[in-house]
Amino acid sequence: MLRIEGLTAEVDGKPILKGIDLEVPAGEVHAIMGPNGSGKSTLSYVLAGREGYEVTGGSATLDGVDLLGMEPEERAAAGVFLAFQYPVELPGVGNANFLRTALNAIRRGKGEAELDAMQFLKQARARLKELQMSEDMLKRGVNVGFSGGEKKRNEVLQMALLRPSLAILDETDSGLDIDALKIVADGVNALRAPDFSALVITHYQRLLDYIVPDKVHVLMQGRIVQTGGPELAKQLEASGYASVQAAA
Amino acid sequence: MNTVVHSGAEGFLHRFEGLRARLPGQRLAWVQALREAAAAQFRAAGFPTRRVEAWKYTDLRPVSDAAFDEALTILGDGDTLPAPRGERRAVFVDGRFREELSQIEGAGFAVGSLAEELPRLEGRLGALARPAEEPLVALNTMLFEDGLVVTVPAGVAGGVLELRSLASRSERPSAFHPRHLIRLEAGASLTIVEEASGPEDTRYLHNPVFEIDLAEGAVLTHARIQREGVKGFQLGTVYARIESGATYDNFTLNAGARLVRNEIHAVLAGPKSACHMNGAQLLRGGQHADTTTVLDHAAPDCASRQTYKTVLQGKSRGVFQGKIHVHQVAQRTDGYQMNQALLLSPDAEIDSKPQLEIYADDVKCSHGATVGALDADQLFYLRARGIPEAKARSILVEAFLQEAIEGVTDETARAALESAVAGWWEKEAA
Ligand SMILES: Nc1ncnc2c1ncn2[C@@H]1O[C@H](COP(=O)(O)OP(=O)(O)O)[C@@H](O)[C@H]1O
Ligand SMILES: [Mg+2]
Repeated sequence: MLRIEGLTAEVDGKPILKGIDLEVPAGEVHAIMGPNGSGKSTLSYVLAGREGYEVTGGSATLDGVDLLGMEPEERAAAGVFLAFQYPVELPGVGNANFLRTALNAIRRGKGEAELDAMQFLKQARARLKELQMSEDMLKRGVNVGFSGGEKKRNEVLQMALLRPSLAILDETDSGLDIDALKIVADGVNALRAPDFSALVITHYQRLLDYIVPDKVHVLMQGRIVQTGGPELAKQLEASGYASVQAAA
Repeated sequence: MNTVVHSGAEGFLHRFEGLRARLPGQRLAWVQALREAAAAQFRAAGFPTRRVEAWKYTDLRPVSDAAFDEALTILGDGDTLPAPRGERRAVFVDGRFREELSQIEGAGFAVGSLAEELPRLEGRLGALARPAEEPLVALNTMLFEDGLVVTVPAGVAGGVLELRSLASRSERPSAFHPRHLIRLEAGASLTIVEEASGPEDTRYLHNPVFEIDLAEGAVLTHARIQREGVKGFQLGTVYARIESGATYDNFTLNAGARLVRNEIHAVLAGPKSACHMNGAQLLRGGQHADTTTVLDHAAPDCASRQTYKTVLQGKSRGVFQGKIHVHQVAQRTDGYQMNQALLLSPDAEIDSKPQLEIYADDVKCSHGATVGALDADQLFYLRARGIPEAKARSILVEAFLQEAIEGVTDETARAALESAVAGWWEKEAA
């Protein structure tokens, strides 16, 4: 389970997260919604360990293990996966090679045997099929020349292969058509298990029709201002964030 | 016995006096004349200093302060040759052709030793080299003993020829100055995979000069892998003349040597000819690598592409100087030059000097240079996927180089370059 308590963080000396309290019990999926600039991506970067996002107070633990003191790769090995809002292009790095290197790094961390090229290919092909992605994707440079939708699917493919215990999806739905959206949702739903939890950051309630969250949190100006069930998302869709602001 | 050890230019001139009568071609008046003229030029010029514009960024004192002997070729036990890359291989040890280590029969074209071919090379040897302008080429002309002579007849696809240069282990620093002549007649093609290496504990100077002439429609791929020993010096000069419709495709990987200069003079002499000069430099410690290209667009409708990538660790220093001269007749020239450096250490340094001289009016010619560290976003993306930082860095550096190597279309050449880069990394990790 993910437990965040009193988390504050700043970027370039500017406070962005102003005291976040959040618990995502194992087996649950929570959604975070909120207007642009409210700090959703900042929260995801802080949890993944990006440089430049300075934690000034509070804590974040996954199954009791402190995340904030770890290097990004250690967090990944501990089970954290961030699907980036803006996946990074890596020209000259083949996608297959990248995926296998990542998978084997995670497996090593878990004390599992590394996969050789053939074993990897078998797994990758199975996941690609589930996600209705073409095998061609393995041959290309990581995210290079990918459309917006392809980049997001590539994030989901990575998630499916790495099988994290905590997935943070930062607006993975934005820019996707309805078919792609369903594929992304299927990818998350396939991972649902008693020891898996997810934090789904989104602007639109649309995605939550397919990934039904256990809870919805509203993040505004660096604070969680409201928490409710799936119906909260629908309410926000209808009346906007202004109503929350008024209520808060 | 007392011997006076002469260093620098004086040492080489002294050696020339002593060897004169024993150098190949001493009975050929034209060879003698070439050598004597070169000796006079080298005596007048000496080793270039940094006051010479073309040598502003490269200090040759580590070479000019040293005393070099003639190489006494003894191939040590450890210097076994790896398996050949193709069917044919010409092996040179200390600049001398070694028939017993080479496989050149049945090539379908003429391959041989310059020392043996010399009587038949009047007018060809020295046709492109400019000893009057380049002191190191004068030094080579004065003292060359051997080299590779290749002539691919019209229309013949020559396949792959490996050119392997080894330096032998020795107590005293040694120097060798091979002269290689490559000629492709009309419509001929050839891939040369050249690899130069030497022992890690020997100081030596390898000073090769290439004269390459490509007739109409000929295609030469020239992949050069320089991984000389860490105490070695390579000062190499390539002259290429490219006639109409011909292509010269040079890729140079500098991964060894204490100091290296890779100088290329290419002339696009006929219409619709093309020249690709690409390369990568992998530097660590106190290594110094200098790539200097001089490209003449001397005919219309020609294309040139240059991409050089340098990765610098430690206190290493990289230099790129690229001059493109577009002559007045060279209308519709399509030229591109890019120099990119990845600085992995705050103590490393790269100097970049592009120089465009354009005298034609209908010309597309662009150049650029970038210098940077590894991209923080890319590094974080890899680490967020569980890849440890050191590995993430090496993935990004390899990717940086991969872009350059990808452009090499010949598979044997590309595979050779890729394995040399991988070898460099293994050493880096060790
Ligand atoms: N790298 C950064 N440098 C400077 N300011 C940043 C940076 N990242 C985020 N911010 C600022 O932090 C605030 C929250 O941004 P972000 O977390 O991206 O919001 P959201 O994802 O909810 O749209 C914004 O005011 C934004 O301008
Ligand atoms: Mg965001």
